Amino acid sequence: MLNENKIEYSKEHEIFLKNVKKRKALIIFTQILILVLFFAQWEITARLKIIDPFLVSQPTRMIKFLIKLYQNGELFRHIFVTCYETIIGFVLGTLIGTIFAVILWWWDFLSKVLEPYLVVLNALPKIALGPIIIFWVGNGRPAIIIIALMISLIVTIISVHAGFKEVDEDKIKLLKTFGATKFQILRYVVLPSSVPTIISALKINVGLSWVGVIVGEFLVAKEGLGFLIVFGGQVAQLDMVMLSIIILSIAAYIMYILVASLENKFLGWKN
Amino acid sequence: MIKLRAKDISVIYHTLDGETEAIKNLNLDVKEGEFLCLVGPSGCGKSTFLNVIAGLVKPSSGKIFIDNEEITKPSNKIGYMFQRDYLFEWRTIYKNIVLGLEIQKRLNGDNLKMVEYMLQKYGLSSFKNYYPRQLSGGMRQRAALIRTLALNPDILLLDEPFAALDYQTRLAVSDDIYRIIKNEGKTVIMVTHDISEAVSLSDRVVVLSKRPARIKDILEIKFSIKDRTPIKVREAPEFKDYFNLIWKELDIHVE
Ligand SMILES: Nc1ncnc2c1ncn2[C@@H]1O[C@H](COP(=O)(O)OP(=O)(O)O)[C@@H](O)[C@H]1O
Ligand SMILES: [Mg+2]
Repeated sequence: MLNENKIEYSKEHEIFLKNVKKRKALIIFTQILILVLFFAQWEITARLKIIDPFLVSQPTRMIKFLIKLYQNGELFRHIFVTCYETIIGFVLGTLIGTIFAVILWWWDFLSKVLEPYLVVLNALPKIALGPIIIFWVGNGRPAIIIIALMISLIVTIISVHAGFKEVDEDKIKLLKTFGATKFQILRYVVLPSSVPTIISALKINVGLSWVGVIVGEFLVAKEGLGFLIVFGGQVAQLDMVMLSIIILSIAAYIMYILVASLENKFLGWKN
Repeated sequence: MIKLRAKDISVIYHTLDGETEAIKNLNLDVKEGEFLCLVGPSGCGKSTFLNVIAGLVKPSSGKIFIDNEEITKPSNKIGYMFQRDYLFEWRTIYKNIVLGLEIQKRLNGDNLKMVEYMLQKYGLSSFKNYYPRQLSGGMRQRAALIRTLALNPDILLLDEPFAALDYQTRLAVSDDIYRIIKNEGKTVIMVTHDISEAVSLSDRVVVLSKRPARIKDILEIKFSIKDRTPIKVREAPEFKDYFNLIWKELDIHVE
């Protein structure tokens, strides 16, 4: 094991490390630069009337609107509502999907029987079920969460079940030589070897869940970022629409980073 | 003392493509404390035979007896080691070694003391909190052996346990493992395709025929030298005679 603090590196290695660091800094700098340039040209072209701020808004207007939203206390409520629905959506989608995958793993007969149905359900655009779900559970938050969950559920079942089936037969055989029960095989081999599959399902589901929540909010909501986007469109307030989209991107990015960091936590043995 | 008796074992595998006769009327007695090697052409049914003894594959006919009792499902008296170590990447070495005990709900003081003792004795105690990928092939195989021994089986089934190691490691590890097994007084049935390995380790070598496996010949391996170790006996005068004998029996043709 190398211990960085104690080892004296050669001159050449130090230069190598320095170059790696330099390159990394340059990448981050360029990324930020692109962002700044993008917003700067947006502001300038809007001010010079090259683009119409009524149609595409402009950064300073969005900031003004942001401050307004913040001052009347609605900003965090909208953000919170949408994030909350999204998190519930993808956590439930992954959890319930994994539970179904376990059931299918346990009863191979059932999994063979259900296979074509799952394929059909997977191919169906789940958003199309939106109106039915609203009709069943009412015009509110549960409907939004169910739409979000529906979107990720079937893919999760299919991909996690496929992951279960890929578990090394010989590892299962090893446990059988110990006299393991089926439940122990699930617990000691199948689930732990599938953690990478489950985490990657989780990562995909975050994205799907955002889609579900925003569409759900388009359909029924009275609050949340999706609601702001539709409402802004209806009252011709592009500042509201653009700002919400930007906040949405940032929230989605942060959430993705958080979920991705689970990977390091649970797959520590890989490094 | 007969430790294990295979009586008239036949195995037929059924798949949609047809049926495969893997073993036919195989009879074998293994004495207590004996080190027995099975050699035979690849695909002749050696692993199948071990799986039958381990209770993982039900024979189409025939019975397996351990200590005169018929066994039909995986028995505590048997430990099985495969070609690959199958250490679980997500568990530390220690957690891997106690896996069998954990599954059999035997994680008690005495057994854990035994594990500590073996870790110490076989040079793994400073690695017990490492993950498998941080260990060399030879160390991993030793960890797999301790995992098997931790359950204190009377009989060890080894299916080409060194085949995945490079030549030098293989010599060292087989020497190691031979000592460990003799130390613990186990009965061993080992499959190998390496004739020198079979001669250097066994008390008896069983030569199997092409599929379906039947016993072609059984050779007693005896050396004139004192305190035999697998590496030493390779120098013994009888070594190459046994080697040639088995080579002939195997009747290997390059096609
Ligand atoms: N689960 C199985 N289903 C069908 N055929 C099998 C199965 N396992 C092994 N066989 C077949 O049985 C024969 C013996 O296999 P095996 O015991 O693994 O041979 P060996 O270990 O001697 O190389 C081979 O022809 C193999 O293809
Ligand atoms: Mg084999």
